[in-house]
Amino acid sequence: MNTNTQTLYTVTVYSENHVGLLTQISNIFTRRFINIESLTVSASAMKGVHKFTITCYCDEKLIEKLVRQIEKKIDVLTAYCYVDDEIISREIALFKVTTETLMANNAIESMVNRYNAKIIEVNSLYTVIEKTGGKAEIQQLFGELEPFGILQFVRSGSVSITRSKYEHLSDVTMC
Amino acid sequence: MDNKESVSGSVSLMKSLMEEGTDTVFGYPGGQIIPVFDALFDYRQKLKHILVRHEQGAVHAAQGYSRASGKTGVVLVTSGPGATNTVTGIADAMIDSTPIVVITGQVVSPLLGTDAFQEVDIVGISQPVTKWSYQVRRADEIAWAVAQAFYIASSGRPGPVLLDFTKDAQVAMTNHHYEKCTSIRSYLPVPKIDRNSVWQAAELINSAQKPLALVGQGVEIGRAEQELIEFLEKAQIPAAWTLLGASVMPFDHPLNKGMLGMHGNLAPNLKTNECDVLVAIGMRFDDRVIGDVNSYATQAKIIHFDIDPAEVGKNVDVDVPVLGDVKETLPAVAKLLRQADHDDWIESFNTVNGEEYDKVIVNEIYCQGEHIAMGEAVRIVSEKTDNSAIIVTDVGQNQMMAARYSKRRFPRSFISSGGLGTMGFGLPAAIGAKIARPDRTVCLFCGDGGIQMCIQELGTVMQSNVKIKIIVLNNRYLGMVRQWQEMFFNKRYSETPMLNPDFVKIADAYRIKGRKVTKREELEEAVAEMLEHNGAYLLVVDVEKKGMVLPMIPPGMDASNIIMEK
Ligand SMILES: Cc1ncc(C[n+]2csc(CCOP(=O)(O)OP(=O)(O)O)c2C)c(N)n1
Ligand SMILES: [Mg+2]
Repeated sequence: MNTNTQTLYTVTVYSENHVGLLTQISNIFTRRFINIESLTVSASAMKGVHKFTITCYCDEKLIEKLVRQIEKKIDVLTAYCYVDDEIISREIALFKVTTETLMANNAIESMVNRYNAKIIEVNSLYTVIEKTGGKAEIQQLFGELEPFGILQFVRSGSVSITRSKYEHLSDVTMC
Repeated sequence: MDNKESVSGSVSLMKSLMEEGTDTVFGYPGGQIIPVFDALFDYRQKLKHILVRHEQGAVHAAQGYSRASGKTGVVLVTSGPGATNTVTGIADAMIDSTPIVVITGQVVSPLLGTDAFQEVDIVGISQPVTKWSYQVRRADEIAWAVAQAFYIASSGRPGPVLLDFTKDAQVAMTNHHYEKCTSIRSYLPVPKIDRNSVWQAAELINSAQKPLALVGQGVEIGRAEQELIEFLEKAQIPAAWTLLGASVMPFDHPLNKGMLGMHGNLAPNLKTNECDVLVAIGMRFDDRVIGDVNSYATQAKIIHFDIDPAEVGKNVDVDVPVLGDVKETLPAVAKLLRQADHDDWIESFNTVNGEEYDKVIVNEIYCQGEHIAMGEAVRIVSEKTDNSAIIVTDVGQNQMMAARYSKRRFPRSFISSGGLGTMGFGLPAAIGAKIARPDRTVCLFCGDGGIQMCIQELGTVMQSNVKIKIIVLNNRYLGMVRQWQEMFFNKRYSETPMLNPDFVKIADAYRIKGRKVTKREELEEAVAEMLEHNGAYLLVVDVEKKGMVLPMIPPGMDASNIIMEK
């Protein structure tokens, strides 16, 4: 996909916790041929209210249309979209390398320290490194680890919080 | 009133429907919905059931019923194939904002997900084409779910709702207690009116020299026909209508300047690109109306009245959105409007439309050719019903001819499948319309192709004695496709000629009176006979095989490319 002219948007959706909503929301993206980069769903700070965090590359006009289309769904309380500097986002990534490479020299260990990552499991065969951070930072660590051989790699979708004081939803749940 | 009593889920459903004022249900029974039909047997005096011949027909009939009456149409079908047969109608109701509630049976809940006999994930299938779709698995949920369904279907921008009832929910006992739904916290049906945009819209209109209003079905849905007239008259704004807005304004109102879009009238289409302020009211800028987006009304400031925020800026950029119910927003803006005089501008529409009349219309409606023209038949039916009938159409040339050449005096008098263009819509929709409005004459125009897509509903006409007037405009072609082939595909008529049955004999087999007309001299008299007959009637009019709907703006082009003659 050509992402040059497009911005990475983060869409947050608050909804009732009803079955089947995930497909309804993702359909809105697929109908317009927009690839979802990442998606997480979890409980929000409010009881019974679920929060979706969706990231995708899109242009401004289209993302606004998509957000209105999402809000139109009966079980959706509200939806917003943000660009990167309006939110704080984190992903978590796990890397598996052989313990042998870890032991061979201290390159990996110093990398782990430099990146503020953690070694969360070591055994005779493999070592698992956990890194929480921004998308770019994780990508960078991946780049540095790759020459040593990565056995397995997994990353979560991003979770985000706005830079404003309250969860946006407070204005709608009361009605 | 303590209306708590222990009843079966099916009885709870009957009671709930009656609480919502339902008096007619269009349906077809089957294994997974038998308990509901069993309960219906006891309620059949109050809840009239119309047995259709195919579930698609049930949905279109419910749509016709709703469009003619403004009430929510109700459909009752079984699981599996019964449910999937409703999907086309549901999609049609979605895109044309028609309130219907479709009730499907479902296998018992322990069997869900096991590929049980006649199990289909109808909630999943229907979700993209419904406003709301929900599976009811417990009898205790029924009253709540029905209340939600009717509220969602009919409020705000209306649309179809599907309720899928597992068989165990239909038979289990429940303490029935009904409460109407009046709000849902995650759903705002009518946006709050923004005073500022009301003021801005009025300012723009007050400053306009050449305003033009585009009127859609939203005005009819909002029952704001009178408010619209007052609005237009005060500021003297000429108006044009979309296909679905064809009966919003009386045909003889001096500000009614005709139809928009691909086969619309010349003046409104050309003047869309000439006006200085475009006032869209309850319409959604469909591509069949706008043609080429990039050259559409670029000179004009655009005001958009709509109830659905997702429509604003969806297809064209809007300068002033006026969100809310037109019943409220139109008077709110009208109050701020100054009396205006745009006589020359208004008159200029008549000149341009006059050109169309001379070049196109007169030859169509007073045809001199060897064969009867479609427009001629439509004009005669319209005249002989004093332009007061409910006109229902199928899809194709017949539809465009019916829209162009019938006239409507009253609201809710033009019922057609607009957004989806569903062939087969007409016959069942006409049945539904007549059942909703037995006091009115209902005339269906359909093609020889379209009538055969739901022809089985002649059985419904017979069994329920539905006195509709069916006019088959028989050109022995899938005419609209043939027209495109003639114009854009080098006259290569690939799979569009039709070998048709004897429609009059088919009608006769269903005990419906029928007649075929091939000669112009017989036409008026045959139409009169059809209208005088106390009962359903099928009139086959053999028309010119290679007739064309003109004018035509080729798809994706702007109005200056309009084609006026063959
Ligand atoms: C269900 C469905 N299938 C196919 C089409 C495509 N289509 C649009 S108009 C048309 C021709 C209709 O022929 P007929 O019913 O004879 O009407 P006419 O145009 O000749 O008046 C076709 C095939 C459609 N709109 N709907
Ligand atoms: Mg035909």
